[in-house]
Formats: sequence, C-alpha cells, structure tokens
Amino acid sequence: MSLMKNLVHGTNFDHTSLNALQKVTLRAVVMSFLFFGLVAIEGMIMRLVVTGASNPLPEMFSHPQHYFSIMTVHPIVGIFGSTYQLVFAAFMFLVPFLTKKPLYSVKLANAVWLLITIGTVLAWIAAFVWQYAPMYTLYWPLPADTIQFNVVGGIVFIIGVALIMLGTLGFIYNIYATIFARVGVHKDKTTKELLISGFGIDGMLNLWHKLTGKPPYSKEPALALPVVAIFRGTVDTFLDAIVILSAGILVLVYLLFDASGAPLDVGAIDALLYKNYFWWGLDLVADGLVLIYVAGSWYLLATLITGQKLFMENVARAALMLELLVSWMVWSHHLLADQGQPEMMKLISGEMVTAFELLTQGLALFITLVTLWKARPLKMTMELKYLLGGLVGFGLAVPAAIIQADMGMNRVLHNTQWIIMAHVHIALIVGLYMTLYSALYVLWPIVTNGTKMFSSKMSNIHFWMYLIGGIGMGAFGGMAGLDGMLRRHLYVNGEFNTLMILAAICGSMVLIAWVIFLLNIVMSVGIKGLIGIFLPAHDKTASYGIEPETVAQNHKA
Amino acid sequence: MTFTNSFELLAFHETAYTIYAVMIISIIAWFGYNLTRKEAKSIVRIPFYTYMAFLVAGGVGHHIFTYNTIPWVSQDITRHEVTPDASYTFEIQRHKWIGIPEKVTIQCGQTVEFDVKSRDLVYGFGLFRQDGTLVTQMQVNPGTDVNGILDSNDMLWTFNHNGVFNLTSTEYSGPAQYSEDGKEDLMLVKNFVEVVGCTDGGKK
Repeated sequence: MSLMKNLVHGTNFDHTSLNALQKVTLRAVVMSFLFFGLVAIEGMIMRLVVTGASNPLPEMFSHPQHYFSIMTVHPIVGIFGSTYQLVFAAFMFLVPFLTKKPLYSVKLANAVWLLITIGTVLAWIAAFVWQYAPMYTLYWPLPADTIQFNVVGGIVFIIGVALIMLGTLGFIYNIYATIFARVGVHKDKTTKELLISGFGIDGMLNLWHKLTGKPPYSKEPALALPVVAIFRGTVDTFLDAIVILSAGILVLVYLLFDASGAPLDVGAIDALLYKNYFWWGLDLVADGLVLIYVAGSWYLLATLITGQKLFMENVARAALMLELLVSWMVWSHHLLADQGQPEMMKLISGEMVTAFELLTQGLALFITLVTLWKARPLKMTMELKYLLGGLVGFGLAVPAAIIQADMGMNRVLHNTQWIIMAHVHIALIVGLYMTLYSALYVLWPIVTNGTKMFSSKMSNIHFWMYLIGGIGMGAFGGMAGLDGMLRRHLYVNGEFNTLMILAAICGSMVLIAWVIFLLNIVMSVGIKGLIGIFLPAHDKTASYGIEPETVAQNHKA
Repeated sequence: MTFTNSFELLAFHETAYTIYAVMIISIIAWFGYNLTRKEAKSIVRIPFYTYMAFLVAGGVGHHIFTYNTIPWVSQDITRHEVTPDASYTFEIQRHKWIGIPEKVTIQCGQTVEFDVKSRDLVYGFGLFRQDGTLVTQMQVNPGTDVNGILDSNDMLWTFNHNGVFNLTSTEYSGPAQYSEDGKEDLMLVKNFVEVVGCTDGGKK
C-alpha cells in the first residue's frame, strides 16, 4: 500500500466496527496526544528562551508576560488536557473490560473528554489572549492580583479549570457507578463487599489471617487488583477536584467583585493557610492518584504481559490501602521553605510520612519486577520496553523528590530546576507516559479491533528518542537546579547556557519522538479513520468482551 | 562529616545522585536484557524483607544523615531560642524591597537573622553566589496578625565562607518582577551580602 493510501485509509483500521466504548476511548486518546504535542511545543519554547539571546525565537517569547503565561498553561495542558484525558480514557475502558460489566454511561464519558478539552482550551486562551499568568500553584493572592493581570483573563482561566474539574467529577461518577453496578459477575456482591475490596482491605485481612493461621478472608477478591488501584486513586482524584474547584470558586468570587468595582480585601484569606489547603489537594495528584494509578497500571501490565498472577498480590492490595493514608499526609513537603509552617508538620508530614513513598513505590517496583522475572523468557515487545522505561522513570524521579523532601536539602533545592526537571518532568515524561505508552500498546489491538501498527521501526525510534530525550532533559535541567537555576524565574541572558542548550537538545528529541509517534498512529488509522472515531458509533455496546487473560498469550516467547 | 555551606552539600548530592541514577538505569537495562533469556539466572536473591528494610533505612536514614551533617537543620528548628549575632528586618511591596540595608557585611562564623515581611504577594528571599549557585532561601508569605502587624518570615544563617552574595526573590510573584523585555530582574540586589574573615577553606 502506498504511503498516501496509508495516510488516508490506514492499515486495516475500520472505525465502523468499533463500539461506543471503543470510540469514546479513542476520542479522548486523540485529544490527549494532540494536547501532548501542544505541551511539548510550549516546553520547547521555554527551553529555548532560557538558552539566551542567541535563541531563534521572536523576542516576544522572552517578555515576562508572554513567558510566564506559557509557563502557567504548560502544566494545565500537560497534566489535565493530556495526562488526565489519557488516564481517564484508559480507565473508562479498563474498568468495564476487567469487571466484565458495561460502562455506566458512554454519554457521560463523552461529556468528560469534551469538558476537559473545552476547559483546557479556555485556560490556554486566557493565557494566550490576556496573558493571565498566576502559575498552576495559584499562591494567594496572586490569582486575584488585578494590578498585574486582566480580570477577564482570570475569569476565563478559572472557568476553564472549573470545566476540567467538572469533567473529572464526571469521570469519577462513571467509574464508581460502573464498579458498584451489581450486574454480571458482581450480581450477587453487596456494596460492602465491593467497598472492602476497593479499598484493599480484603488484601490486608488476608495477610492478617495468614499471620494468625486462619483461612483467607477472601479467596477470590470482588475486584481485580488494577480495579482496586483505580478505585483507590480515584478517591484522591475526587478530593483533588474538590480542592481545586473550591480554590477556583474563591478566585472567581474575588475577580467578579473586582470587575464589579467593589474589590474584596485579599488579606482576608491567610496566604499560608491557603497554601496548606491548596497543596493538600494538589499534592493528591502528584503523591496520590499518580502513584496509585501507576502502581495499578504496572500490576495490570505485568500480569497481561506475563499471563501470570501478580507476585504477592495481597501485599500489593494492602499497600494500596497504605498509600491512601500516606497520600493524605505528605503535602507539607511543599512547605519546607515556609518559615511560618509549624516545625512538627515539616518533620512529620514533610519528611517522615513523605519518606513512606519510597516504601510504597519501591514495593510496586519490586512486585512488578519479580512478576516479570518469574515469567521469563519474555518477548521484548513494545509494551514491555515501555513498561521497563516507566520503571526507570519512577526509579529516578521518586528518590529525587525524597531527597528534596528534607529540611536540610530543601533550603538549597526548593523552587529550583532540580524539583521540576529531575523529579516532575522525569516522573511525568518518562515514568508516567512510558507506563501509559505501554498500556496503549497492550490495549491498541483491543480498542482498535486488531489494527496493525504502521511501522514497528517508528515505534522503536519513538521509544529510544523519547527515553533518552526525557531522561536527558530532566538530568540537564536538574543539574542546572543544583547550579542555582530557579524553576519559575526568567533567564534571558544565557546564565545557564550550556546546560540549557543540552536540555533543549534533549527536549527536541521528545518533541520529534512525539511527531514520529503521531505519524505512526495516523498512518495506522488513516485520516478517514481518525475522523471516523469522532462519528457516532453504530454499535452502542458499552463494554468489551475479550477475556483479559487471552491478551497475555501474545506476549509469551 | 559536616557540610559547612550549601556548595559542599550540592557537590556531594550531585555525585551521590549521579551514581544512583547510573546504577538504577543499569539495573533495569540488565534486568530487561535477561528477561528475554531463558538461561538467565538470578545473580543475587534479594529477600523481600531485606529489600523493604533497605527502603526504610534509606528513607529514614537520609533524614538522620542530613540532620547530623547539615548544620542549618537543627539551627532552623531551634531558631527562636538562638540569639543571632546580627538581625535584619525588611519588607517587600509591589516587587520592591523596602527598608533594606544597602549592604550587609558579615564576619566569618556569624549567625545572622533575616526577617522579611510581605505587604502583598508571596515572594521568596534567596542569596546567591556570584556564579549563580544558591546559598540559602526561604518563602516570604504575606499576612498580618489580629493587630495588623505583618507576619514574620524569619531564618537564621551561619556564614562560614567568604563571598559576596546577590539577593533576589526565589518565588514567582508575577511578571512585574522583571523589566518589560525580560532582561532585568527588578528584585535583584547585587552584592547585598559580603562575608569576610574566613580562611580559604572556610571558617575562621
């Protein structure tokens, strides 16, 4: 088939054969990867600006209003527009797939990706048009500072974020309504049984019964382990959505009063208390749902790739419960440089409880590796490669953060490029996204009804460029942080020139890798297929009937 | 072993983390290679509880190590019981330092208190060496008590090495911190602190 034919028609993709669940999943995936491209371009613009005056960009990108408005929407587009969409799409497909029950509502799933897409676009427009730039941290009272920022821009931005959070709440409702639906295999289960399993309490009780010599509490848990992870992570997703939504409403109220000519006193809100509240919620993303969702994804991928039961499944279930408690109590590590923060909170929440994440994430890593090891020899498939890449990402990123979550280290690393590059970017770009790419390669034949990928060479080039570029960018940025480069500061005079050029080279590898990946996908589904994904499905089925076990057979050597 | 300034600490940290990074990448690469080999055998067996104990030791031991080797940790916790050799209090409003001394000269080994108050936004207080590396920093939160007195953001720092340090805000407080073309940081105070009287290797 000629390249042009591939571009138009794809390999063997037939969008008319897809059911409603498959289509809604693919719609969100498409939007997610488009936003990924946008976020990669934004990232490259910022990387180029800090390489100094010799950068090839027009001068306006170095202007503070412009630069910081890009920096403000960069995480909104990246985390919500891209990552949330991809994760939500995967989970709204996986929960019906793993529980063998239909998704509660395909309409709601459509509303989710639409709300998140529109919300992300609005936030982006607020930054692009009005240069609203309070950063994603929204430190009070900066988002309500109408001396620096346009009120209309602020209102549009907050409405955008609110829509994203409403979409998030829609996802949460859909997931729980599906899990708690007493149909199919859960026909005879009670809500209590599903709740106990969802929180991982059955795993903990199984361990306790084993220690005390009693028969297992539950031989066949009501929910599969990945569903438990989704259930658990979604608790944090909910809490996070409530916090961000309420903070958004607060900002909106102040902006509306300002617009009406009767501004409220920003001093009425305690900045440190607000910081605690906001970081408690925001940290539920970074240290809650991401880690839980990732652990669950690793477990799922390891079992699908090997076709074997997960090693130490009860421990894994119990650990997910432990992670619940840990994720609620670690936010103070973001406030170690705040001198008004009580020392005990810094010590207990900021240092000690945070260190537990080394334990929970280390445990997930261990269980995944042992599960893979016990099943060797395995074919080095794309999904296995990406899974290993994901493990490397978190293996690098988690200790980088634990090191900084220390009162001594934080004094010299807080707000530097170390945390945003060596931790956040490696965790997201390498750890999280490579895990998601692995899931994508596992689910691809299922969600697309066996569509052949256009080129395995392109898949491999994407993998290596992305891995090397992602780690390289994080590493060089992290080194700049150690040299004193701040993360939310404007450097246009080439202060950290060498490291920033190296980081920009690696960043461009990530961007090129994305182009190659996108091209591979477009050549596989074709432009017609891509458009077809957004057309209504003839088959309204909201579930997918393939037994998960059969997927594993393709991976055994 | 004690780190006498942030420069020594950061150099140690860079070396230690680089070794760790190379190690973890190599282990996963080796692991991936052996996953495809039928004849691959475990070189070492890592018992589960040993691994968990290692993680606990790593997590807790890290803080014990820093508490005992980084002097500013304990000093920070007990700072309200320490009488500083000198104290400087100033404010920030609309991206401008208010009441700031033109220059602060510190004798080697002196412990100095900086108390910075914000009248509007969240800022940062950061001292930087001439090569751009960070000496120390803290967040500067706005706020007042019930009597309308501005909240303190205070820190103690003991200077053990000679040097001339610049001051700027380490927290983003909006684009107004910079000139319109972005080329100038309007909160940058060059050569704000000078430490004198130390030997070449640091301390008196």
